[in-house]
Amino acid sequence: MHEISLLESVLETLETQAKQQNFTQVKQISLEIGALSCVAVDALRFGFDVVMKNSLAENAELVIIEVPGRGQCSRCGTIVELETLHDPCSECGAFGVTVTQGEQMRIKELKVV
Amino acid sequence: MCGICGCSDTQSKAKGLFKPTQLHHHGVMSLHRHDHHHETHTERMIQVEQDILAKNNSYAGQNRQYFQQHKIFALNFVSSPGAGKTTLLVETINLLKTQMNIAVIEGDQQTEHDADRIRATGTKALQINTGKACHLDAHDIGHAVTDLQVADGSFLAIENVGNLVCPSSFDLGEAHKVVVLSVTEGDDKPLKYPDMFHAADLMIINKMDLLPYVNFDVNRCIEFAKRVNPKIGVLQLSATKQETLTEWTTWITNQMRSLA
Repeated sequence: MHEISLLESVLETLETQAKQQNFTQVKQISLEIGALSCVAVDALRFGFDVVMKNSLAENAELVIIEVPGRGQCSRCGTIVELETLHDPCSECGAFGVTVTQGEQMRIKELKVV
Repeated sequence: MCGICGCSDTQSKAKGLFKPTQLHHHGVMSLHRHDHHHETHTERMIQVEQDILAKNNSYAGQNRQYFQQHKIFALNFVSSPGAGKTTLLVETINLLKTQMNIAVIEGDQQTEHDADRIRATGTKALQINTGKACHLDAHDIGHAVTDLQVADGSFLAIENVGNLVCPSSFDLGEAHKVVVLSVTEGDDKPLKYPDMFHAADLMIINKMDLLPYVNFDVNRCIEFAKRVNPKIGVLQLSATKQETLTEWTTWITNQMRSLA
């Protein structure tokens, strides 16, 4: 359950942002989570209310923007969609597709008051 | 004060001190109870665009810079519980301790057992008990390196918590992640836990002496690992058989030489 650690990290960022940007409450948090990142979205949702309780983001809405995995085949150069890190190239069948998108775990934006 | 990150956190998780996961919280802001004001506050959007692990990555960057400046060769050992990381470290230390300074950081949820096994070799070791957490983070490592007073030019072995999932996300500032897989496990682990094999630079297949007794296909395992990470290096050995460790210790020695 490293999702709890990740959420604690999100909370720290919220606290820093609150001081810098002068807000006291977070209404909504948008996270961008890549399909190839090692985050279970269900676990994030499960842990979110627990970690945010008694914080400036208590009762905030969690919005998850899922980003599909994508990569470039090292043999034929085609850009292909990836569901896992070990998918072969859908064009030529070679393994070893270099990931170009879908590994991110980002705090995208906040709705605050 | 910590020599690497500069923070004043004196309560690190090191030395067997149990501390729950909130290592580095700098106070939780209280929620204002002023309902009558709320209507006058306007909602606004703030673009953050920041990696969730930005803080860990920043500590890892500081560690990496420190290691480079002090010519410390740091390896982050990851595996399932029971793959033989500690035994491999003990036997590696026994072979290399007369040639170089070695220091070890041990990560486990509880107990000082692994650090005790390392200390029995005469090598200094620091145990970090992560409590509920399933991985070491870069901030833990910065403090541990300061507490251990790792000498310049040392080989620093960091044994992560036995877990093939979580430690893959947390950069510690190491030169390489080394994933240890033993033949008593499934040969399809690289596909079952691809994140870790994707993040590692070297895979050690351990307990090769037990191969005749188990159903483990070495070639299949290597093929699966290369699907996830075509650049991964592979070594096959038995940590308990010193004669099988030559290629491994030579690899370490060569890596150390390239730093000097």
